[in-house]
This record gives sequence, structure tokens and C-alpha cells, in this order.
Amino acid sequence: MTLASAGERRASQQARRLSGSRKVGRISYWPFVLPALVVVSAVVVFPWAFTLWMSVSEWKVGEPYHFVGFANYLRLLHDQRFLQSIGRTLLYTVLSVVAPMVIGTLAALLFNEKMPARGLLRGIFVMPMMATPVAIALVWTMMFHPQLGVLNYLLSLIGLDPQDWVFAPDTVIASLVMVETWQWSPLVMLIVLGGLASLPADPYESARIDGANAFQRFWYLTLPMILPFLLVAMTIRMIDALKSFDIIYAITQGGPGTASETTNLYLYSVAFAYAEIGYGSAIAVLFFLLIVVLSLVLLHVRELSGRILGTTK
Amino acid sequence: MSAATRRRMMRFASQLGTLFCAALLVSPALFFFLWMISLSLKLEIDNGAYPPIFIPTHIAWKNYSGVFASNNFFLYFWNSIVVTGTATLLALIVGVPAGYGIARMKASKSAIVIMIARMTPGLSYLIPMFLIFQWLGLLGTLAPQIIIHLVVTVPIVIWVMIGYFETTPLELEEAAMIDGANRWQIFSQVTLPIARPGIVVSLILSVIFSWNNFIFGVVLAGRDTRTLPVAVYNMLSFEQVSWGPLAAAALVVTFPVLVLTIVAQRQIVAGLTAGAVKGG
Repeated sequence: MTLASAGERRASQQARRLSGSRKVGRISYWPFVLPALVVVSAVVVFPWAFTLWMSVSEWKVGEPYHFVGFANYLRLLHDQRFLQSIGRTLLYTVLSVVAPMVIGTLAALLFNEKMPARGLLRGIFVMPMMATPVAIALVWTMMFHPQLGVLNYLLSLIGLDPQDWVFAPDTVIASLVMVETWQWSPLVMLIVLGGLASLPADPYESARIDGANAFQRFWYLTLPMILPFLLVAMTIRMIDALKSFDIIYAITQGGPGTASETTNLYLYSVAFAYAEIGYGSAIAVLFFLLIVVLSLVLLHVRELSGRILGTTK
Repeated sequence: MSAATRRRMMRFASQLGTLFCAALLVSPALFFFLWMISLSLKLEIDNGAYPPIFIPTHIAWKNYSGVFASNNFFLYFWNSIVVTGTATLLALIVGVPAGYGIARMKASKSAIVIMIARMTPGLSYLIPMFLIFQWLGLLGTLAPQIIIHLVVTVPIVIWVMIGYFETTPLELEEAAMIDGANRWQIFSQVTLPIARPGIVVSLILSVIFSWNNFIFGVVLAGRDTRTLPVAVYNMLSFEQVSWGPLAAAALVVTFPVLVLTIVAQRQIVAGLTAGAVKGG
């Protein structure tokens, strides 16, 4: 049984006991939820319904609505620029999940240790994810500058050749992933740190008595127990990486050419630069479905892993 | 050497090792922000130097005075405050009671709507909302941005508050009920005061993520309704700007958020950890 499910079960047992015996659960809390429900319907549910309706139309700004059925979706299947953007998005996402997961988890293990100035160091580490993305994107752009940028200077200090970073098609994705990793490893760190804080001390005591070394303790104790947290971090990271926009738009606008044009950036161009509302809506729908499907896969993995861990114990 | 001394030295060495690793880990963040400050305080001749100069030969305060003196800076600053402030306030008004209701109804499944909001790319809201605001004739005002920022702020507040109310004990509320208080009295006089730390956390996170938002402003803001992130980005594309003033502007935009991060680090960490972990 995983920690999370044990906690949930305990909580629900407690809840049942309380509500059962004292009828607290009977009170209607709908009046509290209603205003939020109205707001969420207006800004989340309604736009989605509207988007679906638009996606089956040929509609440009300033022209009348014209129903075309699934023509937009069929057109997408043959749209090379769209298909390439999907491939790019998946590449960008895989890299932007793996790198922050590794660095963020290592950071969490480290910040879980006692050390001087831990709060200060953790605070500095968290700053990139809180800073305004456009502001940091502008500074990264200056740092990436092939002639005057500080990054090529740093490379020269350790004897490496200068790079073109975001200014060349073959390095642009890797460079943007670097920024994304720098920015979002802290979120992984925070989630995993939350997981580490919830670990029980007893198994570690017995493991130490049994003579397990640090690596064994991590591999056989820590890792299985924080696995649910890792999967949550991974899901969130994946969602954010798929729909990443600010950094890419502000640094490259999808360029050079279309070398860093992810689906989200292509969606922006179609809907707001070319004003093709119907077609843009179809992209929005497919893009959202892609995010949902991939998230469901990860959630399924999470449940599966919980069950496997539950049976092996 | 006695065993005790050796053990103490071992512990010292391992602590030193941990500290070294931590320093290594934070160095990209530390270097970045120091370099940002350095860029913003250098004259063009220093910023264009190779090898790069880290400490300015002459401190260029004029980069900052230039930002504040540019004709529309205070308008954009004010726009950011109005959009973030109103969107956060509205989110607290509807989100705190909602978090309470959802937590007490044990209806955490309903939070799936919030998860969907989290998964939706901001652009997909923008296409329909843009059209609606156009029809309503609202595009020249701040209203569209305030309304669409609710997409960011309301889920954050509800999320954090559900987590918070789930951990607050029912006993006090039950006692008040036995004393004959009605539901609203219980909420406003018993529950809300206990929930203040949770409200602070959701307020801080909501302010930060609304302040940082760029994508909504890019589409919805006109000349006079830009928020700071959009304004600083436009500096890049519309003017021949050199690095010093641009870095200064970038720093001014993100400064309030960084200060908030440092001041309220503990709350932010607690909120993000709780919110994110529940997010799965």
C-alpha cells in the first residue's frame, strides 16, 4: 500500500465517522460553491463549448460564420507545419520533463539534508520559477548572443567552442530546454521535498541496523516511497512543458524559421497572426486532447505503480 | 586521534560536501540574477565589451531613471496593479468559500474542473474570449484582461483552499452549530479566521502568477491597456534598445515578485507543495 492511499483511507474513515455520527455532511454547502461555479462556467466551460463550435467552421475575423463540419480537422492531418510542430512539441516536452526531473530530485535530496543557510540557498534556487518569464527571457536572449553573450565567454573559459544557441536551427531546442530546466527544476524539487518530508523514520533505522549503505537506502526505501510524488511532479511538468509559450515566444518567436515552433506557437500564429479562427480552434481542440491523453497515460502509470508496490509489500 | 574527534571531523567534511553541492546547484540561478543586475547597471560600452565585464566601471543609474521616465511606464505599472489586484480579489471572494464548500462536501472529485483549467493552454481561452470582448466592445478597457486572469487566479485559490480546509478541524464549527450559529455565521466568524494563513498563501501565489502572465496581455492589450510584462516585451520589438535599459526594465518588472518570493518563501513553498501534490 502506498503512503498516499493509506493517508486517503485514514482521512475518509475519519470523515465517515464524523459525518455519520454528527450529521455534518448533511448541511448543504452549495451556496458557498455556487459563485465559483458561475465564474468557472463563464471563463472555462463556456469558452470550451464556443471553441468546439468554432472548430467546425471556416471563419476569419470580420467574415460570417460558415459551417464546414470536420474539414478543419481533416486539413490538419495534411498540414505539414502542424505535424512538424507536434513532433517538435513532443521532443521539447520529453527533454523538458527528464532534465528538470533529474535535477529537481537531486536538489530535493540535497535540500532535505541539514546544512547551514539552507533556507537562503533554497530561496535562491526557487527564484527562477517565480520570476516574470518575459523578463528572464529577455536576459537569456542577451546571454545567448553569439558574439557578446556571456554564455560563450563562459564556454571559452573551460575551453569549449562558441555556440549559436537559439540562433541556429540545430541548437535552438536544446537551448530553450536549458532555460526551461533552469526555470522549472525548482517545482520538481518542491514537490519531491514534500514527499521526502512525509517519509517515516522507522524503516531507515532498521535498514541502518541491517547495514544498508546510503545508495541501498535510497534505492530500496526512498525511491519506492517517493514514487507517487515523482509521478505527480512528472505529470505537472509534462503539462507545463507541452503548453510552454512565454519563454519560446519571447526568445525565438518560433524561429529561426520554424525550428522552435511548437504547437502552441503555431496555434498563436494561426489564430492571431493569420486570424483564422475556425482553423485555430481546431488546433486548440486537438492540442488539448493531446495534453489530456498524455496526462491520463501518466495518471494510469501512477495508479499502476501504486498497485504494484501494494502487492509486492 | 580519538574516535569522537574523527567522527566529528567526518560529519564536518560531509556537511562541507553537502554545502558545496548545494552551492553548485544554486549557482546558475545566482549567476543569472547577478548578471541581470550587472547588465542593468552598465553603460553600453561596458555591455558591449568582450570579454564581458562583470562589475560596472561606471554605475549607469540612468538605465533605471530612463525606465521610470519613459512616458507610459507608470500607466503600465498601474495597469498591472489593477489587473492583478482585481483578478486576485475576485478570485478570493469566490474561491475561498468554494474551497470551503468543496472540502466540507468531500467533493474533491469536482476539482477535476480545476485540473482541466490547469491543462488547457491559455491560448484556447483567448480565441473565444477575444471574440466575445470584441462584440461587447470591451477591448479598449482593462476588463477583458481582468476577466481572463480569473482563469489563472480562481483555480489557484480554490486549489490551495481545498487543501487548507481539509486539514482544519470540524470541532470548532460543530461547537458553533450547537450554539445555534447559522452556516454563514460559522463560515465568517469561525472558519475564516482559522483559515487566514491559507488565504495568505493563495493570495501570494495568485498575485505572482497573475503578475507574471504574458500571453493574455499579448492578445488582449491595446496601447493603453498593456501590463508590464507586455510593455517590456514591446520595448524589445519597437524601439532600438540597448542592453542596459532593457535589463533594467526587465528587473523592474520582476522585482516585486522576487521581493515577495524572498519575504514569503515559507508560505510559497507550503502552498506550492500542497497544491501541486494534490494536483495529481
